[in-house]
Order: sequence, then structure tokens, then C-alpha cells
Amino acid sequence: MPDTRQAPFVEITGVSKSYAGVTALSDVGFTIAPGEVVCLAGENGSGKSTLIKVLSGVVRPDRGGVAIDGASDRVQSPRDAIAAGIQVIFQDFSLFPNLSVAENVAFSAELSEGRRLVRRSQMRAIAAEAFERVGVAIDLERRVDTLSVADKQLVAICRALASKARLIVMDEPTTALTEREVRSLLAIIRRLSADGVAVLFVSHKLAEIFEVCEKIVVLRNGAKVAEGPAGDFDLAGLAFHMTGRTFAEAAPAALPAGRPVVLEVERLNRGDLLHDVSLSLRSGEVLGITGLLGSGRTALAKALFGLLPLDSGRIAVDGRDVALGSPRDAIAAGIGYVPEDRLTEGLFLSQSIARNIAVGRLDAHRAGAGFIDRSSLDREVSDWITQLRIVAPDAEAPVQSLSGGNQQRVVLARWLATAPKVLVLNGPTVGVDIGSKADIHAVVARLSADGMGVIVISDDLPEVLGTCHRILVMKAGRIVDEVAGGSLSEGDLARKLAA
Amino acid sequence: MADDTNTAKAPPRRFDAGAFLFSETGRLAVITVLIFVAMALLAPGGRFVSEANLSSMAFQFPEFAILALAMMLAMLTGGIDLSVIGIANLSAIAAALVLSSLFGAQAVGADAGLAVSLAIVASLAVGLAAGTANGIAIGVFGLPPILATLGTGLMFTGLAVAITGGSAVIGFPATFATIGNGAVFGVPVPLIIFAVLAAAVAVVLNRTAFGLKVQMLGTNPLAARFAGVDDLAVTLRTYIISGGLAAVAGLVIMSRANSAKADYGASYLLLSILICVLGGINPYGGFGRVAGLVLAVLSLQFLSSGLNMLQVSNFARELIWGALLLLVMVVNGFGFRRSR
Amino acid sequence: MPKLDLTRNETLVALVVVAFCAVTAIVQPNFLSLPTLFDLLRGSIVIGIFAIGVLLVLISGGIDVSFTAIAAFAMYTTTLTLTSLGIDIPWPAAFALSILIGTGLGLLNAVFIAGFRLPTLIVTLGTLSLIRGFLLTFVGSQLISNMPPSLREFSRLIMVRGTTADGYFYSLPWAFAALVAVVIGTWFLLYRTMLGRTIFAIGGSVESARRIGIPVRGAQVFVYAYVGALSGLAGIIHASLARVANPFDLVGLELSVIAAVVLGGARLAGGYGTITGTLLGVALIVLVNNSLILLGIPSTWQMVVIGALILVGTGVPAYQAKRAALRAG
Repeated sequence: MPDTRQAPFVEITGVSKSYAGVTALSDVGFTIAPGEVVCLAGENGSGKSTLIKVLSGVVRPDRGGVAIDGASDRVQSPRDAIAAGIQVIFQDFSLFPNLSVAENVAFSAELSEGRRLVRRSQMRAIAAEAFERVGVAIDLERRVDTLSVADKQLVAICRALASKARLIVMDEPTTALTEREVRSLLAIIRRLSADGVAVLFVSHKLAEIFEVCEKIVVLRNGAKVAEGPAGDFDLAGLAFHMTGRTFAEAAPAALPAGRPVVLEVERLNRGDLLHDVSLSLRSGEVLGITGLLGSGRTALAKALFGLLPLDSGRIAVDGRDVALGSPRDAIAAGIGYVPEDRLTEGLFLSQSIARNIAVGRLDAHRAGAGFIDRSSLDREVSDWITQLRIVAPDAEAPVQSLSGGNQQRVVLARWLATAPKVLVLNGPTVGVDIGSKADIHAVVARLSADGMGVIVISDDLPEVLGTCHRILVMKAGRIVDEVAGGSLSEGDLARKLAA
Repeated sequence: MADDTNTAKAPPRRFDAGAFLFSETGRLAVITVLIFVAMALLAPGGRFVSEANLSSMAFQFPEFAILALAMMLAMLTGGIDLSVIGIANLSAIAAALVLSSLFGAQAVGADAGLAVSLAIVASLAVGLAAGTANGIAIGVFGLPPILATLGTGLMFTGLAVAITGGSAVIGFPATFATIGNGAVFGVPVPLIIFAVLAAAVAVVLNRTAFGLKVQMLGTNPLAARFAGVDDLAVTLRTYIISGGLAAVAGLVIMSRANSAKADYGASYLLLSILICVLGGINPYGGFGRVAGLVLAVLSLQFLSSGLNMLQVSNFARELIWGALLLLVMVVNGFGFRRSR
Repeated sequence: MPKLDLTRNETLVALVVVAFCAVTAIVQPNFLSLPTLFDLLRGSIVIGIFAIGVLLVLISGGIDVSFTAIAAFAMYTTTLTLTSLGIDIPWPAAFALSILIGTGLGLLNAVFIAGFRLPTLIVTLGTLSLIRGFLLTFVGSQLISNMPPSLREFSRLIMVRGTTADGYFYSLPWAFAALVAVVIGTWFLLYRTMLGRTIFAIGGSVESARRIGIPVRGAQVFVYAYVGALSGLAGIIHASLARVANPFDLVGLELSVIAAVVLGGARLAGGYGTITGTLLGVALIVLVNNSLILLGIPSTWQMVVIGALILVGTGVPAYQAKRAALRAG
């Protein structure tokens, strides 16, 4: 159901793209009118990022193309996309930390005009005008590395405006923002729209999609599965289109009564990040912790793994107090941690699968005098590869050659090999395709059935609803609510988060 | 979900000649042999393959090969050790002072043995202490390895200059010359020292928890921290071992020169980096094998001796080292292989 | 007057320079005199020009250790050409030749760094050895003391000269103007041209620069060519003032120069560094080289002091940054 109010600015028609035989996009098409706010919704692995690359000219589609103002096939390269007024704001913002706000905003505009000399007043004027358009005042001379994440995002938006953007593509723009910052971002998007700048808002978070978008396009497994005015959708319907499932996954098997407490956390405090956070986790229990960004969920995860020094509080594993000053302390206490950012924090990309799994077990396979018992280590490694069904040519293949789901299984294998009493999974299925996601959830269920205490930290609501016995909702560094898993719908939980 | 037949298997541990020839080490082995053959053919009157030349080569390369081992360890962690020459000279001067002041050049028998043992202990102590200083600067204070070892290297060389006033320390008992010039069953002592150290480093890297942690830390320090690798301890131990190796190299150099001086081996810094890069040690860290390093050392020594017989000057050798370093980097394409 | 900001390297280095001078002046009252000042200024010319070049490389996110070899090569080749051909071109032409040779050798670095994207430290270590080896093997390894007349003439151009009340003679050659010109020119380049801002931008984030369409390679080529040109200039000035072209000179200075720039607050990771800081760093290094002995410290301790300055000067900010990162979790 295309928008017919005015001639479209961007028209995507029949775009297909596959990588090495794997279909990333198949026959996707929709239009974006000037000033329209379109939401591109979909789970991780649904093809959103490939579509962004096609739109910004980084990737050429196998079939189909992008028309601008009715002229077909206008986007052949990144340069074309920029010339056409398409600006992408990546999740890392791509700013220059060592330059001033004004320079960051005006740099590409001045460069594209072929300027050789710096015109400071002109740069300030360009930047001031851009900030005027978004209705925010900021010190233009400040160095960008001193700004908050939200302000950096503003600088990126203003840079897009200064480069004469007619369509701004925002890739998961709210992942690093606090609630209040999300609200002001949404206000800015409305303002841009009124100003005639179209926005393609790429997200998988249901609540914010409804708040800002006029039109919603849903991708699933590389294909467009729904398109229409935002009013045509409701939370449940949108969730259905994104996941292909009518209701949340079946709740986990009930937790048998009387299981011992493995982890006890009492009144953790840390600056602005954590306030009086207490929780307890039983053996065999899967505890979900959810909240928006800045709610303290990641700070709590880091505190549990010795990465965040605490002001006060007590953490006990199996009834024994533990002092967590470093990840080593946490591991020694029996706590494992699957980090949020798999690529930089979790994996040694260029090293082999075997080494990636073995790195946590090197000290456990000592044969005396510091030597490793290679045969027992190899046995253990291949055991885990089989158990977690890691698909690869052989154990010596570098991890970077694996798919996201297999990579995550390698990280899981490393931790499972250490047989932790408590396993903290931070965003366990981010960037993992839907099939692997179900597998990883099955692993979680099996681990808990075997008596491990598991904490799943995630903002993926179907995930926490479907895998956790109990769910704690965090907000502004506090635990504000506790609900039983499977006891409420995704929409209800989303409302609790945003409340 | 894929079926289990595709699941990764541990690799079979057998030798595959075809694969070896196409591996980086295999390619290097072929190059080494080619250089040897070329030099044997080019040098006038078969002098290159003469017993005298082969033996003289075996005495020459161990000193810089040991320095290259020290450099390799630092590079594997993703760092670099610009202070190896400073450590070698400072520790050699410590040993030289012990030797010359304690018993003097006339010492013989038990006295000489005691003097030499004390000197070796003194030099190793200085080397290990210097390595500790590097490790602390990098691991505890978080200085980039280039800056840290640039600063400590200047301090070590500076101390060596300050202690000796810049002149050579001489007057060692004759026993001491064994380290650099002796032979056991016809095998040069320095070669034996290098072989033992190289084998030890290879074993440490491949068979111990510490060695594997070094490589993991060099690949991704952040992931290593998250995996519970004690990054500070690994960094400290790496630079301490590197300092110890540099001290051994210093002893060999000193014994061969029969003196110790603050500015010996100045050209060895570049040479040790060249050996590492030529030997396939990734300058960004994480990857490298002792076998590659040994082949690189041999090929450079063959080239160096051969050029010497062809009457090529020392300066030309400097030129060739530089050209070779650049060529190897271009061929190996390290720039594109950067994973982080 | 702006508040004293102790977290800035410039402020710290300035304080160390002042403290050094104050202590020296207390120990040696005649330290604070025009002859000392002019000795320091004269001693800063060559190191200062080198340091400005290194600053540019560090800002762009690279490092260069080959500049001293480039300087020696350009200086010696130029002098040899003039003396062996027996032609006497005016000194500006000789300077231009040396700068041209330096630029060419800088472009050689650029081929490997911008072209093949190889790590800058290892590339420039390689070219250091290559250029020096080529110079000593094929160009010459003999000292040229019979300098061309035009270069001798240049060394006699004195900007300021005089005698103090107690009879000490002092002078400053016009060569100092070259340092001033380089400083002003590079300041203009870095802060007033888009190319200069591009160099900062690349040092700040190469990835971002590529994404917004900044010609990264072009800027890198410029940086290494510019450093080559400055090295050619520094080399010929060194030979003129010394009135001898020694092919073994200059190489070995590179670590002191890098030390000066890093002490002045430039970061190895790129993107940060100022000309003021660099000049203060140069002042500190030259002071240590020239005046340590006035403090009663033997000159053999120079290297130790410079090494310690590098460790403390870069270690303190590095440690503070590490602590801050730990606190933030």
C-alpha cells in the first residue's frame, strides 16, 4: 500500500541480493515520500542492514534498484547516494573525536564545495543553521570527544543536514540512548519531517516504532512481509510480522520448588549507575533482566563480572561472599559472562575455533610444570564443538569464517567448558539469525535444567518472555518491577519498560 | 539446523608435504634453500660452502637471532620492544664490571669459574629487571609499547653510557671467551645457546598456558580480559622473558667482542625486527612461529655472508636489509590482513 | 589570563622548562643571559624543523623514524653534486635541490604507507636503513669539508649579534628564520587549510574519514612528502651551519626528536598534538642536551634524563587515562 500523497523521493523496486548463495534480500520494494518517517522493522538477520547498504550505494543489488525523484538506478556508489541527498547515520556515528562540533558538522559540506582554506565563521554558520533546524543549542567549539552519546548523535544528524540530506537513514539510533534521550530524538525526527527531510528509522524495538513512524515496512528473512500506515498495526500484529510467530515462545518449564540459591546480590550501589540493586538466583533458574539503555542492565552485568567497581553492596555465590575486582575473580567464583559485543569483547576473530574455546580452560589442563595436556584439552574442545553443534570445516578454522550464530556458540562453548555455577548472558542473540536464536535458547533451557543459574540480560522482549522464569525490569539504575515469565504479553512488558 | 556431519572436527595431526610447501613457513624454507644455493654458486671458488665459512656463520648469527627471539615475544603480544639493544648492552656491562673488578683478566681455574658465574648472574639479573621495568610501564601504567620501550631503551643505553663514560670495559678471564667462541664437539657454543633458547621459546608458546595466552592477548586484548586471561601478568612475564633473552644476547656479543660497550649492536634493532617480519610474525600481534624466525635468521645470515664474499660493503648490507624488510611486508601484505 | 590547566601537556612541559631554567639559574647565575638564550635558539633550529615534521605525521596517526636518514641523504647529495660539478648556484637553489630530494624520499615512504597500507613504524625503519645504506654505498661516505661557497655564505648570514657587558659574544644566524617560517607555515597549514583539518580528521578516525568521502590516501601522501621536504631543509641547514657535510651526521637524532614531540602532547594514536607543545618539547630536549652540565650532571647522563622524561611525561597521562577508564567501568 504505497503512500500516494505526493511523488516519492526514493523508490526501491524489486531489490534482491544474496551473498555466497545465502539470500539476504529478496524482491524488496517500497517508497519514501519527502518528509515521510518510515520505519524499517525486523529482527536481527532480517536483511535490514543489507538494505541500508543498498540504499547508501555501498552494496549493488543483484536485481532491482533505487530510483530518486523518479529517475531509476540513480544510486550506484556511495558518492551517488550522498549526491542524491541520502545520508546514513551509523551506530558508531563516524565522527572525528578530536575536532570541534562545528568542524564535524560542516566538514563534508565544505569539502564537497572544493574549499581549500578553512572558513571558521562559515563553518560555524553552517553548524549553527543545522542545530537551529533540529532545535537544539550546543557549544559549537566543544571537542566531540567531550560530548555525551546523545549529543554525538545530534552532531551526526546535523552533519547529515549540513550535507543537504533529504533522507536520513538512522541505523538502530536508540541503542545507546537513555529513555529521556530517546524521547528528544523522536521529537527531533518529527521536526525534521515537518522540515521536509525524510527519515528511515531502522529498529527492532516495538514501542518507539509506533511513537514516531507514519509508515512501517517489516522485513523477515530478507523479504518484505508487511507494509502500511502505522495505524494499521498494533503491537501484537507487528510482533507477529517480525517474528512470524503469533505469540511469545512457550514459557520455560516450571522451576521445581526448593532449589538452592546460587547467587545472591544485595544492595549494589555504584554512582549514578546502580542504586540498591538486590536479586537472588536459584540453581536451575533462568532470570531475565530487561530495561532500556541506560536503565542499568549492562552496568549490573559488568558488576557481576568484576568489570565495574562498586561503591557498596554484597555478592555471594553458593552462600559465600565474593569480592569481584576483575573478571578473573568472577570466574574463580564460578560466574561466567557472555559479553554484549561479541566481535570485540567475546572473540579472537583471527584465531581458531579450538583456541577460542580453549582460552578459558588453559589453566585447567595443566600436566605439570606449566605444560598443557594437549590431548585432554583437544578432547574437551571437540566435545563442546559436537555438543553445541558448531558448524565449521574443522576446529582450526578461524572464528571469523563462521556465521554469527556459530560464533556465538563458540563463545558459549568457552564458558560452558568452565562449568560455571552462574552464567550471565548479555544480549545472547544480538546479530544471530532466527534459527540459531532458537538453538541458543534451547541451550539456555538445557543448562538451567542441568542446575546452572542463568541470567539473561536483553532488550529483546520475546526472548526474555520466552526463556526466563522470572523477569526483573530495570530503570534508572534500580530494579522497579518483577514479573513471572510467560505471564504477560510482549506489549504489556514493553509498556512496563517505557512507563 | 545443519546436521552433525558438518560439525567441526579437531584436525588430524599428520605431516602434509603439499600443504607445507604452500604454507608461510614452507615458502620461507624454500627461499632459505634458494639463497643458500645461490650464494654457494656465486661465491668465488666454493668458499661459501667451505667448512671455515659454515663455522664462521654459525658463530655469527646466534647473537642477533637471540635478540630476534626477544623481539618476537613482544610482537606476539601486539607490542614491540625497542629496548632490546639497550638491555643487552647494559646487562653486558654489568657482567663486564663484575668480571673485570672482581678477579681481573688474570683469573684462572676456580676463580675464573666463579667470576664467570657471577657475571652471568649479574647480567641476567639486570636483563630481567629491565624487562620488568618495560612490563610495568606497559602493563601497569598503560604506556603504548613503542613509547615505553623507546623511553626505557634510552634509559638503559644512557645508564650504560653513564656508568662506563662511553668507553669499552675490557679485561675478562680467558674462560669467558668460551661463551662466544668455544665449541662443544665442533658445535659452536653460541649456536647451542640459541638452539636451546629457540626450542624453549617454541615449547613455551605452543605447549604452555602462558604461551597460548600471549598469543590470545596479542590477537584481542579486550576479549582476553573478558575470557579471564590475566593480562597484566602475561604482559609482565612476556617482557621479563624478553629482557632475559636480551641479556643472554648481550653476553654472547660481549664474549665475542671480548669487551662490553654502550653502543655495540646498534644495527641489530632493525635486524631483529626484520627477522621477525620476514619470519612471519605479525606486527599487530597474535601470530608467529619460532620455525619461521629460525628460517629468517638463516636466510639473512646466508645472504649476509655471501654478500661479504662478493665484497659488498657493510653499508650495502644495511641497504639490502631495508629493501628486504619493505619487500617482505609488501609480499606478505600485512596491511590488508589487519584484523582489528 | 586563562586558568592553569594541569591536565594539558603543554602546561606541564612549560612548567618543567621553567623549573629547569630556575634551578639552573640558581646553581649558575650566569645561565640567564643572552648567550645562553641564543645558544638554545641556535640549537633548536634543526631539531625544531624535524619536530614540526614529526608532529604532522603523529597527528595523521602514523610515525616516522626515517626523517634523519632523508635529511642526511638530501644534504650530502646536494653538497656532493655542487662540489663535484664545481658549479656555484646561489644558496636558495641549493636549498631547493635538497628539499626536492627530501620530498622524493618522503614520497617513497608514502608509496608503502598510503599505497600498500603497511604499518608506518616498520616501513620507516626499513626506509631509514635503505636510504642510509644507499647513501653510504653509492653516493659516498667521505666527509666534505670544502663546502660550496654559496652555502658558506649562507652560514655567515647573521640575524642578531652582539657582546654582553661582561664580554661574552653572542649571535643568531638567519637560519633561525627558516624555523620560524616552518612554524608559521605549518601552523597555517594545520589550522587554516582544509588539508590540515583533513590530516587531523584522519588521525581522529580513519574509518569515519573514509565514510564521509575524505581522500585519505592523498592526505597521507602529502604528509610524508611534507616531512621529506622539511627533512631536506633541516639537513642542508645543518650542513651549512656546521660548514661540513658529514654523511654519518643526523641519523641517531630521530628518537630525541620523537621524544620532544611526544612530550609536547602529541599522541601516538593520532589526532592530537599542537605546535606550541612541540616547540616546548624541543626547548626541553635542547635544554637537557645543552645545559644539563650546568646543573652539575655529567653530559653522559643526557640519555637517561631524556628517557626518564619520556616515561614520566607520557606515563602520567597514560596512567590517568587508564584509571579514568577503569572507574567508568
